[in-house]
Amino acid sequence: MPSTTDALIQEPLIVINLGLKAFADSLEQQQVEVVQVDWIPPAGGDQAVIDLLDQLL
Amino acid sequence: MATGVITRRNQYYDSVFLMGVSKRISGFPGVQQNAVLMGTDANKEVLSSLGIRDPQLDAAQPSDLIVAVIADTQAIVADVLANLDDYLAGGVAPSATANPHTFEDGLEQKPNANLAVVSVPGEFAAREARKALDAGLNVFLFSDHVSIEDELAIKQLAAQKKLLVMGPGCGTSIINGVGIGFANVVRKGNIGVVAAAGTGLQEFTSQIHNAGLGISNAIGTGGDDPSDYIGGLTTFAALAALERDPQTELIAIVSKPPGAKTLAKLIERIRNCKKPVIGCFLGAHVDPQAQFENFRRASTIDEAVNLALKLSGSKPALTAKGPTSADLQRVTQERSSWAPEQKYLRGLFAGGTFCYQSQQILLASGIPVYSNAPLDKNYQLSDPNRSREHTLVDMGADEYTVGRPHPMIYGAMRKQRILAESDDPQVAILLLDFILGYNASTDPVGELLDALLQSKRNASLRGGNLTVVASVCGTDGDPQGFAVQMKLLRQAGVHVFQTNAQAASFCAALLK
Amino acid sequence: MDIKQKIEKANQEAANRLMAGAPVLVDIAPAGEVIPGLQGKMILHAGPPIEWRRMCGAQQGAIIGMAIYEGWAKTPEEARAILNKGEIRLEPNHHHRAVGPMAGTISPSAPVWVVENKAFGNLAFCRQVEGNQQFGDFSAQALQALHRWRDVWAPTLRKALRSLGGLDLKPIIAKALQMGDELHNRHSASSSLFANAMAVGIAQTEYTNKDAVIGTLKYITNHELIFLGLAMAAGKAIADPARDVEYSTIVTAMCRNGVEFGIRVSGLGDEWFTAPSPVVDGLYMPGYSAADAGLDMGDSAITETVGWGGFTLGGAPGILSLVGGTPEEALNYSREMKKITVAAHPTYRMPALGFVGTSTGIDIRLVVQYNLTPLIDTAIAHKDPGYPKIGAGLLRAPLDCFKKALIAFGKKYSAG
Repeated sequence: MPSTTDALIQEPLIVINLGLKAFADSLEQQQVEVVQVDWIPPAGGDQAVIDLLDQLL
Repeated sequence: MATGVITRRNQYYDSVFLMGVSKRISGFPGVQQNAVLMGTDANKEVLSSLGIRDPQLDAAQPSDLIVAVIADTQAIVADVLANLDDYLAGGVAPSATANPHTFEDGLEQKPNANLAVVSVPGEFAAREARKALDAGLNVFLFSDHVSIEDELAIKQLAAQKKLLVMGPGCGTSIINGVGIGFANVVRKGNIGVVAAAGTGLQEFTSQIHNAGLGISNAIGTGGDDPSDYIGGLTTFAALAALERDPQTELIAIVSKPPGAKTLAKLIERIRNCKKPVIGCFLGAHVDPQAQFENFRRASTIDEAVNLALKLSGSKPALTAKGPTSADLQRVTQERSSWAPEQKYLRGLFAGGTFCYQSQQILLASGIPVYSNAPLDKNYQLSDPNRSREHTLVDMGADEYTVGRPHPMIYGAMRKQRILAESDDPQVAILLLDFILGYNASTDPVGELLDALLQSKRNASLRGGNLTVVASVCGTDGDPQGFAVQMKLLRQAGVHVFQTNAQAASFCAALLK
Repeated sequence: MDIKQKIEKANQEAANRLMAGAPVLVDIAPAGEVIPGLQGKMILHAGPPIEWRRMCGAQQGAIIGMAIYEGWAKTPEEARAILNKGEIRLEPNHHHRAVGPMAGTISPSAPVWVVENKAFGNLAFCRQVEGNQQFGDFSAQALQALHRWRDVWAPTLRKALRSLGGLDLKPIIAKALQMGDELHNRHSASSSLFANAMAVGIAQTEYTNKDAVIGTLKYITNHELIFLGLAMAAGKAIADPARDVEYSTIVTAMCRNGVEFGIRVSGLGDEWFTAPSPVVDGLYMPGYSAADAGLDMGDSAITETVGWGGFTLGGAPGILSLVGGTPEEALNYSREMKKITVAAHPTYRMPALGFVGTSTGIDIRLVVQYNLTPLIDTAIAHKDPGYPKIGAGLLRAPLDCFKKALIAFGKKYSAG
């Protein structure tokens, strides 16, 4: 179910953390439900290919 | 060189498994070669080609296991063969499941997620934020170097979907008692905050906590949100949400100067706000006509805190403007300790808002200040590494942080700069900020202490005294230990203040 | 329809064709008799196109072996000489509806498996799998096995096959996948099932040469990888009808020649998209190490192309010992491969993943999107000619092949 701004500030946070693990750690320390994504860019980070992907997929 | 062979009758092992066993054995120090094979004719030929001959081999059947070891010494051979069962045991420890690598995978694991916290490199950040919004999540966008066009596009998308985008370049939010990013540990209460200034949000919320009150929600909007191009999309959305939030009774807005159009719209919006609003627009000129019942203006973060306390029925806790008489005494003392050539102030900040607010306070006292992020464009430092007269440096600016950790996390760059400034005999005052809370350095003061003591020594050796002034932004709940950090500074002879505004005011007094 | 919809529709068509594949072994015949375009002094090889001089040591060794086997040269030196002069035509197996393991060399008198895809009527061919010549060993001993195949085992099997009226491979494949095989490096079950079926065929046939019969029975009942040749031919027969679907981003071939890794994509016709062949992460036979290894080689990645091999490691954790892996890793790999494919096969199932169908139809867009390239488990050849198999391991197809293909797709369908 999609969230809203109001829901964000009133309901428990359930977080997807993309990138710096420290942010997920500090959320876990506060007992927040969080999944750590060790994020890797698509297409090995090739921006031209990423743009192409956006058109095709 | 020694060789040893063992055969075991009627032991079937998968050939690939045996290759793994052989690999483990070859890791044993002193083993030169080994073979772990079933006793087929073909395998016996392999052993023969390795120069391994043994009567046991001739008798071995295809269903028998042969283990042959060639090692530096007989003792090693015996050791390996004696431990053969351990090698054959297999059963590698279960590997931890790897973390997901994409947003989609993360969503699969947490399909009910309501917030994406995004700190991927800037060139990919907008795309990920968009994915999160499309999936119905709010976004905390820490990444910066997102184009302003992309920022507008994602905020428009968010507005359509009634979702919130905090950022880009948003370092801090406190949502329903939870600190996201660089946040201090503050109690929950009824004061809401909307901030386009990260360390400003940290200072305001810390001081509210230190004064005994609490925060309902503190929403970071990202530094560019109040520009006319973006038009305060997140600011307005946050304001509306806090207006609707039953926990919030009073709203504080902390920001660097908004665009003129946006500021005007904001003031109008505040007029219609059902809850009292305190506006701290650092460096901005707000029309004095914009006075109405539920709107209070604060020129510094400290003033905003005091107003919030007053509106909540508490006593103002911070000295609003100007030094106390105790401070004035210290001012005289310090000034008299300087050598004749000492006259300049150098401020080195981890918090961009603190650099900005300090400039505002000094300028208001008629003290011109150069900076790499100047309030007044005429006072732009041509080389951020070369201070000039009175200079305040934002050490979290791009020129210092591309490819390097932010000064809030790691003090090495500030340490270098402190020592460099202390070599200048004209420097009289060093102004610093120390920021505590989640994700900040575990010991911000400790990282710089040696450099501070060294700098003071350098000044003394020249017959003068370096006055070091600092503020610590944090609460008694922060992991670094607020009291300890304050104490370390005091013991080092630093003039410590609870807020950046107080510290900057003290410097202004020193320079008058 | 916008381009995304066109691609989705085309991929569905390509995937359906893959899933409809009905491979049946119909013959075992000399390659020159059945493979289109294989005539005169010509040797087919594994991998994308490559000239003689650029070939890796093992593949050159295998080609030298084949030249001697065909009688075009008497010694390795003679063979090199005529090859250097360009007197033997060398072409990829894939250009002739064929596939071959490791160096993959097929020459006119070499008997090949002939598999027909009954759903579409197309044929595909693969040579037999063995442990020496195809790894670059051109010694007399290595070639002896080729002679035995040509003179004894293949003709005997051919007669047996005729008496059976052909052998449906689909049930063997389906069963084997549920018995711990992954159909690239682990064929114990499928090879046993095959041997069972052929033994009946051999028994039903009248023979004048009892020794040939016994020799062939010994051959098929002792060869743990014999079915790989059949799985490869089946894979090729299944994949070929999925070629040339306009707008499709589904992979129709993956192959390597020890120097380059190449892929073909349905909507991009015959073009090869290549990148340097990867290093294999593996385990070695006694006496060999990674320093001896050649790069990834062989057409056997046709098994992964149709959803077997590395894609079904979840059901064959024995293979994971190849790199000290664990059952969890095997399952994770199979789950990963689900992410880059568009369909689940109705007949071929993975019990370890709750009997879900095998991952069918590799979509290059998904590969690039997720940075997840196909996982392949494979044997390892020596980097120099003259050696047998030296090890086995795992590798990932290079992302570059898929990126290049995607860019070409963008250009061709004007989306860039």
